[in-house]
Amino acid sequence: MAEAITHSYLENTGKYKGILAWLTTTDHKRIGLMYMYAMMVFFIVGVLLGELMRLELFRPGQQFYNAQTYNGIFTIHGIIMIFTVVIPGLAAVFGNFSMPIMIGAHDVAFPRLNLFSWYLFILGAAIALSSQFLGNGPPDTGWTFYAPYSTQTHTNVVAAVFGAFVLGFSSILTGLNFIVTIHRLRAPGMTFFRMPLFPWSLYATAWIQVLATPIVGITLLMVIAERWLRIGFFDPSLGGDPILYQHLFWIYSHPAVYIMILPAMGVITEIIPTFAQRRVFGYKAIALSSLAIALVGYFVWAHHMYTSGMSITARWVFSLLTFLVAVPSAIKVFNWVTTMYKGSISVKPPFLFALGFIFLFMIGGLTGLSLGSLATDIHVHDTAYVVAHFHYIIFGGVGFAFFAALHYWYPKMYGRMYNFRRANMAFGFLFVGFNLLYFPQFVIGIMGMPRRYFDYLPQFTLGQQISAVGGLLLLIGIIIMLANLFSKKGAKAPDNPWGGSTLEWTVPSPPPVENFDEIPVITGEPYNYE
Amino acid sequence: MTHTESHITDYRVYGWVLLALLILTTITITVTWIDLSALTVLVALIIASVKSFIVLRYFMHLKFESRLFTVFVVMVLSIYILVIALTFFDYLLR
Ligand code: HEM
Ligand SMILES: [Cu+2]
Repeated sequence: MAEAITHSYLENTGKYKGILAWLTTTDHKRIGLMYMYAMMVFFIVGVLLGELMRLELFRPGQQFYNAQTYNGIFTIHGIIMIFTVVIPGLAAVFGNFSMPIMIGAHDVAFPRLNLFSWYLFILGAAIALSSQFLGNGPPDTGWTFYAPYSTQTHTNVVAAVFGAFVLGFSSILTGLNFIVTIHRLRAPGMTFFRMPLFPWSLYATAWIQVLATPIVGITLLMVIAERWLRIGFFDPSLGGDPILYQHLFWIYSHPAVYIMILPAMGVITEIIPTFAQRRVFGYKAIALSSLAIALVGYFVWAHHMYTSGMSITARWVFSLLTFLVAVPSAIKVFNWVTTMYKGSISVKPPFLFALGFIFLFMIGGLTGLSLGSLATDIHVHDTAYVVAHFHYIIFGGVGFAFFAALHYWYPKMYGRMYNFRRANMAFGFLFVGFNLLYFPQFVIGIMGMPRRYFDYLPQFTLGQQISAVGGLLLLIGIIIMLANLFSKKGAKAPDNPWGGSTLEWTVPSPPPVENFDEIPVITGEPYNYE
Repeated sequence: MTHTESHITDYRVYGWVLLALLILTTITITVTWIDLSALTVLVALIIASVKSFIVLRYFMHLKFESRLFTVFVVMVLSIYILVIALTFFDYLLR
């Protein structure tokens, strides 16, 4: 093996060249990059669809296209962003790229299964997208596929639902792979409590992927069965119960938001200590709060159903449970802030994005509490307030954490640096644009602007137009950021550009094929700066 | 990681397990002829649980592997049971 080690993973050493070498690779780092490229394409398509909606909403009444087209656009926008961007998200990209190196392994436990997961991901995405072009037109149910409408509409729901089903399997297999990897392949001496916190968060995430995803899988198949075979699961006219659909859907989809956010929190927990050059405060509390979030997160799903006609008791019980899950999330925020206290902070782009994450995640989280509280939610459910809340969490949280992770590990991935000034500028546009885009949605939501509506009353015009300006700034920010990272080669990156203390900074940039010449022996904790 | 130990089960054990499963299946079918009214589902579920227990222990090797796997299975089952319980608790109180 001693020879192969000298080659970086970006050079082709196998029997194939060019793109084929990538499509047949089992190297976790290459697979991570392949996820990233695919997701970036999906993300850009999703963003453009979002801008199309903003354009239509610029003024009340119909501007450019009709209501049914709008229904189709918000549905596919949601499907793309949720199922193909943020659910695989940071775990598939940075979990694959960094986690095996951070725990001192040559690769994941099942490298071929890992590649297979990527193919399932592409296949599922292709099936979901085919819904736009085949059958009776694009689905118009929203990404939530609520029954009984989803079992009755004539649009092409089956393709979208089946695509989501296949994507789910990709997610399950990645989760399985990571659980086994973290149990079996840690470097000698690396006990669970000497493991860095990003792998910890992936471990908690992986359990959710394995345990929750099958439920949505079977639920989506039930929708197809009801459409094709007229089996009455959800449609009351067939003897079914529509609320059963909502239970089953959210039993998965609430834990799914933790599939998205836990790895994001994990990345932030890596970045803060590195740029504050301080030991992370409350290591164990952060590690265990990931598990606590994963566990409690299973039992709060019905806070999406306060207005659906559940029993009164179920409503307040779920409201109570929802407040519990805020505790471990808050623990993390306090620990990040305390880690920075008295640190020697250097404000580089990854750190800026991490700060942006904390700010936006807190707005998203606190507004989540007002939604979790039964009495307030009755008023703002299904309004633009909800749209603002989940964009703050998903885009402000997961999205900004993704950008932070990208700027953090970019030098390791490509062995190159990028232009800091332009990265900071991109951050400025993204941060200002984001808040301009989504903050007004809180306001008009409280004023009564319903969600998933193509038209609105004149009093919402100002809010919608501020949002449109924000959307434009955000788009500019995304373009600057991507151009800065991917348009030309930067200077050569050192092995450890940020002074990080975890294992990925001890290997060359870009890392060699099997990561380590010799697996290191771990003798202490991961973050020792003092 | 390399396999440090492996367990080889006697074929006779598998034979007994098969027999037990067949007998339990026969019982499942037989009780459907008896009218247990509200208890029908419960009885079917109990028999099925016994069968899965046997399958998990012998065919899926829980008996011979590290304790950790048993912990995992118990944990997963408890989450599953809690989720079902919470769902039905809404139905019962509606
Ligand atoms: C420039 C970026 C974006 C813009 C302009 C945008 C805009 C919008 C708009 C206008 C809606 C429709 C609200 C309604 O009428 O109910 C929406 C819905 C949604 N967006 Fe975004 N969005 C963007 C990025 C994202 C990102 C990054 C994600 C996820 C990571 C995301 C996830 C969602 C989801 C899940 C919905 C709900 C879809 C549904 O109701 O079925 N969006 N977005
Ligand atoms: Cu939720």
